[in-house]
Amino acid sequence: MDLLNALVAVLNFVVIPATAYGAQLALGALGVTLIYGILRFSNFAHGDTMAFGTAMVILLTWGLQGLGIALTPLPTALLALPVAIALTALLMLGTDRVVYRFYRRKRAAPIIFVMASVGVMFIMNGLTRLVIGVDEIRFDDGARFIIGVADFRRWTGLEEGLALRGTQVITVAAAALTVAWLFWFLNRTRSGKAMRAYSDNEDLALLSGIDPERVVRQTWIIAAALATLAGTLYGLDKSFRAFTYFQILLPIFAAAIVGGLGNPLGAIAGGFIVAFSEVAVTYPWRKIAAYLGWESDGLMQLLSTEYKFAVSFVILIVVLLFRPTGLFRGKSV
Amino acid sequence: MSTATRQAERASPWRAPLLFAAVAVLVILEGTTRNALFSGSWNTALGILNLGLISAVTALGVNMMWGYAGLFNAGIVGFMALGALAPVLISTAPVPGAWDAGGTRLLFALALGLGTLALAAWVWPRTGAWRGVAVGAILIAGFVLFRWAFDPAVTAIEANNAASYGNIGGLGWPVLLSWPVGAALAAAAAWAVGKVALGLRSDYLAIATLGIGEIIVAVVKNEDWIARGVKNMSGIPRPVPYELDLQNHPEFPELANRLGMSVAEASGVWVKIGYASLFTAVLLAVILLAQLALNSPWGRMMRAIRDNEVAAGAMGKNVTARHLQVFVIGCAVVGLSGAMLVTYDGILNPTAFAPLRYTFLIWVMVIVGGSGNNWGAVLGALLIWFLWIKVEVWGPALMGVLTAPLPPGDLRNHLLGSAPHMRFIVMGLILLLVLRFAPRGLVPER
Repeated sequence: MDLLNALVAVLNFVVIPATAYGAQLALGALGVTLIYGILRFSNFAHGDTMAFGTAMVILLTWGLQGLGIALTPLPTALLALPVAIALTALLMLGTDRVVYRFYRRKRAAPIIFVMASVGVMFIMNGLTRLVIGVDEIRFDDGARFIIGVADFRRWTGLEEGLALRGTQVITVAAAALTVAWLFWFLNRTRSGKAMRAYSDNEDLALLSGIDPERVVRQTWIIAAALATLAGTLYGLDKSFRAFTYFQILLPIFAAAIVGGLGNPLGAIAGGFIVAFSEVAVTYPWRKIAAYLGWESDGLMQLLSTEYKFAVSFVILIVVLLFRPTGLFRGKSV
Repeated sequence: MSTATRQAERASPWRAPLLFAAVAVLVILEGTTRNALFSGSWNTALGILNLGLISAVTALGVNMMWGYAGLFNAGIVGFMALGALAPVLISTAPVPGAWDAGGTRLLFALALGLGTLALAAWVWPRTGAWRGVAVGAILIAGFVLFRWAFDPAVTAIEANNAASYGNIGGLGWPVLLSWPVGAALAAAAAWAVGKVALGLRSDYLAIATLGIGEIIVAVVKNEDWIARGVKNMSGIPRPVPYELDLQNHPEFPELANRLGMSVAEASGVWVKIGYASLFTAVLLAVILLAQLALNSPWGRMMRAIRDNEVAAGAMGKNVTARHLQVFVIGCAVVGLSGAMLVTYDGILNPTAFAPLRYTFLIWVMVIVGGSGNNWGAVLGALLIWFLWIKVEVWGPALMGVLTAPLPPGDLRNHLLGSAPHMRFIVMGLILLLVLRFAPRGLVPER
């Protein structure tokens, strides 16, 4: 019985939250990795793109709620997603046109692109603040729990409860669908193949008649969709604050690099590696140790939750030092 | 940056002095004229100037890393926060009982932690196939030992009169002494970071330092024993007189009278001028050293490495060692500015250390001013800081004019309420415009 209790506690406090968080990071890292693969720079504005996309979703959600439209039991935000993605994509395409295209034509050094993305980051951050402010916003309507703690205890008779929130299931499902679609797109469609060709060898791709501007446009649209989706799922799962989206830039970068920049499969694996390490290292294991017959005075917490960024950082550094191209052999330009 | 642009040829010797004069005029206008754009208060003007001078020191540090060596450090905020700890640790009064509660054990724990890392680094190149296991075992054992020594010490120190102290306390030494200590703290951290991260490619280094910045700020926020964390540390001693003492001085009211100011205003201005002179002295000293270094054989070597690492390496220059050197020096200057900032504020509030303000805004200053040029970095810092403060005021004023035709209601209120955030957009625009149309900045490198 104690073993079962320990198992349920691990599921409830580690596996389920880390899976949802990992899916969110994976989606964010996919966006970063795609931009890196095609445009060859680390986009510092990605966190603020996520924030902007989520802000659009929230505004549209409020609009829909005002009209009395809901998607119960699902959150209304899902209904707002397509339009928000379109708006974010428009902004990204505009940004590319007025900012990045110039440097691309000049074949500027990657670090200049990074600088430009810092400028874009400031603007998008300002836009998000202007549109929606800096306060914490919760926008998860619809059914909150699929399995509640009390229900679970009643069904199983166990001491430990287990909660499964709707947003967590939606996160994992949406991430799985998106990733499946993305891989189908990259491997099976003409545009996707053109994209991969461009990423592998720009000059060869140009020689074989691939339109680079078209590839770049598609990349920004997909990146906008991934960023908006990742941001919205993160916001539904936790809450929206413009400033936290800047902070998850670090775990997202870590996930993308751990998997190998430019490698989509690596981004997904990296997202889950970072998420599971973060949650496992910052979770106090005392309760679970007690179930397994090992009483302890301390919390048995390796690091307090405030230091969760240290976990992504250490993973990042270790991978960069020992396998600079990432676990899945990404680019190392 | 490798090719000379037309902009560089065009730059006249009068360019920098004229631009500095323009900034001076802006500050004087802020101090004297009162209209929609300027406040007409010398207190505000000098306040902006003082923080501008501190930012200029930070920008000089960043310029050493970026302008001399092409290193993109995205963790400036962390090194500033480290420097900011120095005034607390050096110059606040000792906390009664804190050392007895766990000071020795704390030092022992820290030594144990550092020793573990040093041992691991020593063992790594000296063992064969099993080094992964060996180093892993050392690190795990070291971590357990460290926590065993560290946790009780921290609990004891934080329990010591937790309501008003709970920190390890300072040494009670003069606050000016803490400025070089702040530089040394940041330099030590930079050495450790640089040892690990400097081999990385340019944008990996940016991401790694971004992480370092976040982690250092998290440490300052959460390790209450150092400086009370988010409970803030106030009452940091000043290197200049207090307003109240000035006001109580028998001759001061007469002086204020002669200047045509109220006593309160005159005392504020007096204090701020005191700070401004101190900061200017530090700034000039740093610039002097930086210019001397830049024009020495060492500076030529640094620029050669920046412009072509492979060629410089082939000429027998140790690129990684030089990078580490300039990274440590640059971070030390950043740490110095952090100590100056906290001394000026008189309070250490770790939640204020936001990366947008203390990392990326400084970057905007360096790029706008002219990377590689020390005077450019200072100019960029003063100008951008002035705009950063004033756009927060001008934004709502402009929004008020723009939204005047709108009917009063939620939308108009919302727009007016969030107008101060326009400064982020303005800064982004300035950065992008300079990057595109004047990539060498306002005062280009010669």
